[in-house]
Amino acid sequence: MSTSALGLGLAGTIALLTTLAVLVIPFRLRPTISGAGTALVGTAGLAAGAAALAGQSFTLPLPSLLPLSGLSFAVDPLSGVFIAVTGAVAVAAGIYAIGYTSHSGTSRAAAAVLPLFVASLLAVPAAASVATLLACWELMALTSLLLVLTEHKQRPEVAEAGLWYAVMTHLGLVCLLGGLMIFTAHAGGDSFAALAAAAPELSPALKGAVFVLALAGFGSKAGMVPLHAWLPRAHPEAPSHVSALMSAAMVNLGIYGIIRVGFGLLGGGSTWWWLLVIGLGAASAVYGILQAAMSTDLKRLLGYSTTENMGLILVGVGAAGLFASAHHPELAELALAAALLHVANHAGFKTLLFLAAGSVLHATGTRDLDSLGGLRSAMPATTLAFGWGGLAASALPPGTAFVSEWLLVQALIHGLHGATTATAVTLPLAVSAVALTAGLAVATFVKAFGTGFLAKPRTADAAAARESPATMLAGMGLAGAACAALALVPGALLPAIGRAVAAAGWPGPVIRYGTNGLVTIRLAGLAGEVSPLLLTLGLVIVMVATAAWLRALPARRAQGARRRARLWDCGGGPLTARMEYTATSFAEPLQRVFDDVVAPETRLDVTHLDEARYLVAAIEYRAQVPDRIERRLYQPILSAVAAWGSAARWLAPGSVHRYLGYGFYTVTAVLIILTVTR
Amino acid sequence: MNALGITGGVIQAVVITGGAPLLTGVMRQVRAKLEGRKGPGVGQPWRDLRKQFRKEAVAPEGTSEIFRVAPLALVATTVVTAVVVPFVTSASAVEPMADLFAVVALLAMGTATLALAAIDTGTAFGGMGASREVTILALVEPTLLVSIFALSVPAGSTNLAAIVAATLNDPGRVLSPASMLAAIALTVVTVAETGRIPVDNPATHLELTMVHEAMILEYAGPDLALIELASSMRLCVFLGLLASLFAPWGIAASPTPLALAIGTAAFAAKVVAGGAVLAAAEVFMAKIRLFRVPELLAGSFLLAVAAVASSYFLAGAS
Repeated sequence: MSTSALGLGLAGTIALLTTLAVLVIPFRLRPTISGAGTALVGTAGLAAGAAALAGQSFTLPLPSLLPLSGLSFAVDPLSGVFIAVTGAVAVAAGIYAIGYTSHSGTSRAAAAVLPLFVASLLAVPAAASVATLLACWELMALTSLLLVLTEHKQRPEVAEAGLWYAVMTHLGLVCLLGGLMIFTAHAGGDSFAALAAAAPELSPALKGAVFVLALAGFGSKAGMVPLHAWLPRAHPEAPSHVSALMSAAMVNLGIYGIIRVGFGLLGGGSTWWWLLVIGLGAASAVYGILQAAMSTDLKRLLGYSTTENMGLILVGVGAAGLFASAHHPELAELALAAALLHVANHAGFKTLLFLAAGSVLHATGTRDLDSLGGLRSAMPATTLAFGWGGLAASALPPGTAFVSEWLLVQALIHGLHGATTATAVTLPLAVSAVALTAGLAVATFVKAFGTGFLAKPRTADAAAARESPATMLAGMGLAGAACAALALVPGALLPAIGRAVAAAGWPGPVIRYGTNGLVTIRLAGLAGEVSPLLLTLGLVIVMVATAAWLRALPARRAQGARRRARLWDCGGGPLTARMEYTATSFAEPLQRVFDDVVAPETRLDVTHLDEARYLVAAIEYRAQVPDRIERRLYQPILSAVAAWGSAARWLAPGSVHRYLGYGFYTVTAVLIILTVTR
Repeated sequence: MNALGITGGVIQAVVITGGAPLLTGVMRQVRAKLEGRKGPGVGQPWRDLRKQFRKEAVAPEGTSEIFRVAPLALVATTVVTAVVVPFVTSASAVEPMADLFAVVALLAMGTATLALAAIDTGTAFGGMGASREVTILALVEPTLLVSIFALSVPAGSTNLAAIVAATLNDPGRVLSPASMLAAIALTVVTVAETGRIPVDNPATHLELTMVHEAMILEYAGPDLALIELASSMRLCVFLGLLASLFAPWGIAASPTPLALAIGTAAFAAKVVAGGAVLAAAEVFMAKIRLFRVPELLAGSFLLAVAAVASSYFLAGAS
């Protein structure tokens, strides 16, 4: 039995045992057992994923476990990437959950479901048949829904977010079910092997329909625009360790599905599929980061940033498909490797950021950036964690996203040689979307970190913040260390990514390493190399040298402690926290620049005095940036459905006679139709 | 990594650190002469720096370590860029760091750190400057990357040494439409990134118009000196980048003393000429409103896209 199978089996067993244990043990022990069990499930999953990445694949049919179709599991390096990432996220989130839930409290159901959720996340990429995939997918949706609803008693918004999530995840499931069932019906078998074997014989139109349905289903899980509406609602309302699991592990499975179905089962396909994927990915990236830049809710901001990063990954996946259909396998490999590396990188920094945001929420009780500030002195470890995560998310060296976005842009740039006109138009636009995203990500995370953690506290809650307990810090520490490793020595992960790319349909790794081992990433066959470690070392050396030189300056009067000085207040007396720039005011220039895209809403209410309408008693100004796609696309549909429902209400007034009448007329109508058509 | 590159890296670090304040001095002097003033002389920025470095370091109330580390980070990003980009020699000191994206990201990193330090002061000025600076940064990034795209297509690489070598092999390439469009786009980017007129006015201290100056309002003494030094070095690096990308002639291709001397002199001449042109152009321009800046940057972005399009379609035709 291979290590990967053993690890997955162990993960499932531990998850079931933990769930059963949590259901019976007393209240006090619940957070510890649930969190520790989740971390163990994650460890087993990480081991299984690592073994799969090392080349240990297995197939395990379990025909009797589910009636009619049976379950079957198989693991290859491609699933290994997603299993390992999920496992690693679960380790950090599980340890963090011990401290987080023992202070904020958790229901028995939520504590029991957490390990099951992780197990279902591990099972989805291991599924080897349509029935297994759909069963695990639905298990994942239901467990995550329960977890999102954990705090519904404390806050009414949670229930609304849960409703959005439940509806959209099931609409996604309907799309998946439709697409994969059509595929299965024409392929004559529901195992992935049978589907892949039958795919070349199917008509292009059918394959296109299957792909579009699968893209809609999987894309909605990945938060792809315009199917993202649930994501910025559900992710912030869930407890923070669950947000981390959802945002760093669950959304990835949407990407996994698109890669598996598009490349593995359908075997590539037409150019227009991948142009569609690139277009949707670029739209998601730009729209997501734009909304994140406007957002003042810390966790909502992170949720939109997830949409952005999934968009970037989709650009990579789409570019891989485009290059593959244009017969440039080496570029296709590079683009897919960039996408998969970004999956791992995004998981690392998003876990860190959500855990740090949870720590802030835990300490201050608010997620509103406009009422935070000054947390750096009270919560140094959390500040460090969020700062490191923000750096990683904003594609600046020495952050993790820098490496994967570098690879992605390299693939896009080199694709212009010998490109068709469609490709030549798409690639520059994709590069500019990636570039705009990178620039706005810097603005977003400077805003989030600067206004949330630096400067003066804006409210009493923020001023009274205290550092989080040790388990929460340990969870953040693990995620932070993973980010550092991914950022500085990405070469350690790239061979494994190369095997995963090969498993998705192309042979051989394209990314090679310089003579100095893991330090330099060099692209084989393409001129391009970068070394994040050397860059970081260079920066650190110059910084230390400059600091030492400053210290050695002979003319400095006061060595050691600096003299404290007043801030420049224009002579107007001491500055208060109300004079600071807030997150809203920080984003205002960007909001004005992108006015036409985000369409902010402002309301100005002026109340006049009763005596004279020329004298103003009060002025109330409200500004908000609604999700425009939600406003324009979802609201009309929702109101149309509601109108249809109320219009149909007169049909059902509650009279039994009338219902019997409906039955009678329907049967008569059917009989008449049958008689006429026979 | 070879002898040529390493010698070049050392020379560049020394020349740019020592010469950047002089470049600022030259630009101010050109402006002064054109405006009919006498001007303080080319050495004035160095005299200012010497005075600042001798002062006592202060810590404004309520600021944290971020505020104190930011000047160091700004200097570090600029010095690393100055070392690795092939300015004086055609080889880079550290080849895997001379990627155009890495260089651009490094420079953006310095800006972002300074913006964080500005927010850290908790004053309205700091927040205002930081907010404006990152807005401009976010809008400059697409132009920058798409111009890089256009320049790297003919060279087949985003490595600066490769681009410079490709231009030296085929000098006519500089006059291709792609290269000229990219040059205009990158010039606008340079103006925006280094805070020059018409995007930002380095000489202003008026609340409504400050961008860079608002961010560094709380700095004094050695910290301020570091930031001033790094800012003039950034200007030097950007002008040098334009020179290396679009006019790499005179650059040293072998590590002989003569070639290195010629390379250094050519680099200095090109940067000073670029700076003088920039300063002279500033005399005839006014700073534009902050909310007109996006229009300028959108224009430069369109030029960059046109550069990519022409590099594809014209290269495809030949």
